Amino acid sequence: MSSEHPERAAETDTDYDRVDPPIGWDGKTLQEMLDESERHLEETDRYYGLDRLEMKAENPFDYERMFARLRGALVNARETALHISASAIVREIGELAFQLYTPEGDCIATSTGIIVHVHTGSLAVKYMIENGYEHGRTIQPGDVFCNNDNDIGNVHTTDVHTIVPIFHDGELIAWADGVTHEVDIGGATRGHDQVSSTSRYEDGLYATCEKIGEDDEVYQDWKDRAQRGTRTPMFWDLDEKCRLAGCHMIRDALTEMVEEVGTDTYKQFAREAIEEGRQTLESRVQERLFPGTYRDASFMPAPFEEEGWNPVSKKNMLNHLPVEMEVDAEGGLELDMTGASPPGPHPYNCAEGSMQGGLWVSLTQCLLHDGKVNDGSYFAVDANFPDGSVVNPQDPDYSYHTSWGSIMPTYQAVWKNISRGFFARGFREEVNTGYSESGDTIQGGGFREATGEYFAIAPFDLSCQGMGASAVRDGLDYAYTMWNPETDMGDIEEWELLEQGAPFLSRHIKPNTAGHGKYRGGSGWETLRVIDESFDVSAYKHVRPGVTNSTSGMHGGYPQAANYSVRVHDTDLDERFEEADYPVSDRLPGDLDEQVDGDVVRTERGVYFPTTFENYDLMYYHMGGGPGYGDPLDRPIEALVEDLEDEVYTPDVVERVYGVVGELDEADREFTVDEEATEQRREAIREERERESRSVESFVAEERERLQDGDLSYPVRWMYSGVFDRDSEWVEAFREFWDLPEDFEIEVE
Amino acid sequence: MATDRTQIEKLIDGTLPWSELRDDVLPDPKDTERFETTIEVLQERVDWDDRILVPLNDHLFVVAGEDGRRVKAECGHELCDAESNWKLECRIRVREDQDETAELYPELMTPDTAWTFQIREFFCPGCYALLDVEAVPAGYPILQKFEPDIDTFYEEWLGEPVPDGG
Repeated sequence: MSSEHPERAAETDTDYDRVDPPIGWDGKTLQEMLDESERHLEETDRYYGLDRLEMKAENPFDYERMFARLRGALVNARETALHISASAIVREIGELAFQLYTPEGDCIATSTGIIVHVHTGSLAVKYMIENGYEHGRTIQPGDVFCNNDNDIGNVHTTDVHTIVPIFHDGELIAWADGVTHEVDIGGATRGHDQVSSTSRYEDGLYATCEKIGEDDEVYQDWKDRAQRGTRTPMFWDLDEKCRLAGCHMIRDALTEMVEEVGTDTYKQFAREAIEEGRQTLESRVQERLFPGTYRDASFMPAPFEEEGWNPVSKKNMLNHLPVEMEVDAEGGLELDMTGASPPGPHPYNCAEGSMQGGLWVSLTQCLLHDGKVNDGSYFAVDANFPDGSVVNPQDPDYSYHTSWGSIMPTYQAVWKNISRGFFARGFREEVNTGYSESGDTIQGGGFREATGEYFAIAPFDLSCQGMGASAVRDGLDYAYTMWNPETDMGDIEEWELLEQGAPFLSRHIKPNTAGHGKYRGGSGWETLRVIDESFDVSAYKHVRPGVTNSTSGMHGGYPQAANYSVRVHDTDLDERFEEADYPVSDRLPGDLDEQVDGDVVRTERGVYFPTTFENYDLMYYHMGGGPGYGDPLDRPIEALVEDLEDEVYTPDVVERVYGVVGELDEADREFTVDEEATEQRREAIREERERESRSVESFVAEERERLQDGDLSYPVRWMYSGVFDRDSEWVEAFREFWDLPEDFEIEVE
Repeated sequence: MATDRTQIEKLIDGTLPWSELRDDVLPDPKDTERFETTIEVLQERVDWDDRILVPLNDHLFVVAGEDGRRVKAECGHELCDAESNWKLECRIRVREDQDETAELYPELMTPDTAWTFQIREFFCPGCYALLDVEAVPAGYPILQKFEPDIDTFYEEWLGEPVPDGG
């Protein structure tokens, strides 16, 4: 059958035959394939019941070559497509990824990049299957689908997927999925990770597994909707072309491979590759972890009492993100978040698929380094993200705009749990105490005076945070982020092309951000920017956590420093710039106040909601450090001298925490240790520990009394109250620990 | 493949040069005898004879003691049996007020005191080494963060009896 759109086919050089159901393998519908896959997994715990990886065993070179070829095609699509056409965020720091799925939606391989999406595209494909797309809407060669609906299969609203079915000889042999992070997705405010959203209806443009094109061409009405629904239509257009071009490159590469090796060989390979992924995870667990039970917990503050816009969100909230993990005798891994907070009127709600994605982001960096990550590892982990919790709301009405606000803190706890296993086995080099959570620094936009054109403010140099320490070395300084470990800071000049009205005044190491320990966390950094020749500029700051910590250190290491906010309005810089006299830093909190006259707004919160900025107003943000490892008194003095000379810490902090005393020559950055004073100070720290500590028994008794008196802050009560309302298992353990009566409750008005 | 024993000693000491860490220790496949060698090195370094079964952190181990499996500190102090939460036997210092947290980080870079958030420091009662730090809201239970399944590890994963004579 020839194309039903011959004129368009001629334009786009496509000539697709229409297909009718069934379009799956060997005469099956996609639903039949999905049912069969799930049945095998249920009955055998193995992907398609594969007991033995026959091809891998008998033709290992062919097998590995096929995997390398597919992986290469995905990486190539990513690296090439972003240079064909892409927005600055996508091009500069690679905020994109491509995945290849089986017809029933299981990931065979993924590119590098934002691999959190390994499983989100999978869920979108399964949604289309389960909702009968094959029969109603139909799935045709050359079709283009789009999804960014978090409740179905996405991380947050601003991540947009283009999904393309790949056919061969009338069968759907795979799906290609490309995802990019948009600079703007519409919604209540400017910016890509919005802070003010309290429900879906403020999140912006949504596509729910929507068919947005056919014959390789995107529909005009979809293009118009997106162009009119986002604030940066040019970037949208560039990124959509990037995703589509990448998917078509993958389609071409797969088609070429299938024609070469034969369809049956490819089919066998695809299933074995997923089962291998499952088996690999189990064997890695046995090789590197220790059987047993691991527990940790993270916390996510939402300090919205003063900042919130919507009356329902005008309160301080704290989300509870507990993680219990079990490593069983067979190498199976269980992850259980029983006790997680309920969803709420904030943008940190996170769908189950995104939480799964966070797991793959983590596992590829600690257990599965070799790139063979796919849905096999998903099948190997038994994860419980409780229905109706903030980590699996099962309700599209909530806002999911900034779901990283749940993913990032949660995986701090997961990494610590896994790291305890590494340590017990002697793999100290693999220990990682966590990371600084990026938040989203400044977001917003404005208009240029000269052209009247809109510019976005969306700096992605936030992808360079301090990494957590390991058990053998310090964390990486200002060069890491958990959600895209390949990222770099990007050139300032490149960001200024995008964010023309907010040039940079400086980048500088931020002292005292790194978590203390025998091995310290990686250091954070700071930057100061000014509004220049622009009008109608509004921006907000969204860095977490500010008012609390979200995580701890490990084995005696401390959590990293918390974040804060400062901005300056109505400054005196108009006259000073001509003399090249301008501020560059808030190196120690308060320094900026000395360098500028103006209205300084400074708070403990890492967050402020959209605020108007005038020309010569200053925006400041800093990136955090990573958590520390081990007792700070075990840190060698020479390492501290280096920290002081590199401005990682200031002398007062080092003296108090590490007990190293001396003189810092600020001009030459040379520190001279006073050995006698250091010895005395270190001894004094040991004595303080003895003098100022007490038995845990007495602390527990006092804390129990405090709980009964209700002497807790509102957000802490809000946290306990939410968990008390929805999770009896966690609450029972809570009462048991504190020896509280069965009817003990924590309520909040 | 076995990593050189001196490299493991340096790994434990934190003195292994980056080039060796990168080339010999970090890459896959991992050293298959890492656990055994690590235990050997650690055992030689402590001043007591109880057999180390599991290293819990730099200063704490599960050991095979005369009274069964115990959590024991490097300094020799025994905290509790292996199944219990050793943190409950520690000395604790809690930082919640501004003057207490400000010793760690500058003002504005510590938790807001209005949020009743705590930094809990757990010290060894024997030597006052800092064994763990928790950053949690007031009223949060003290978690037992790791319960190793020692029998499964030795008997099923290593294929040998637990070296505790039991």
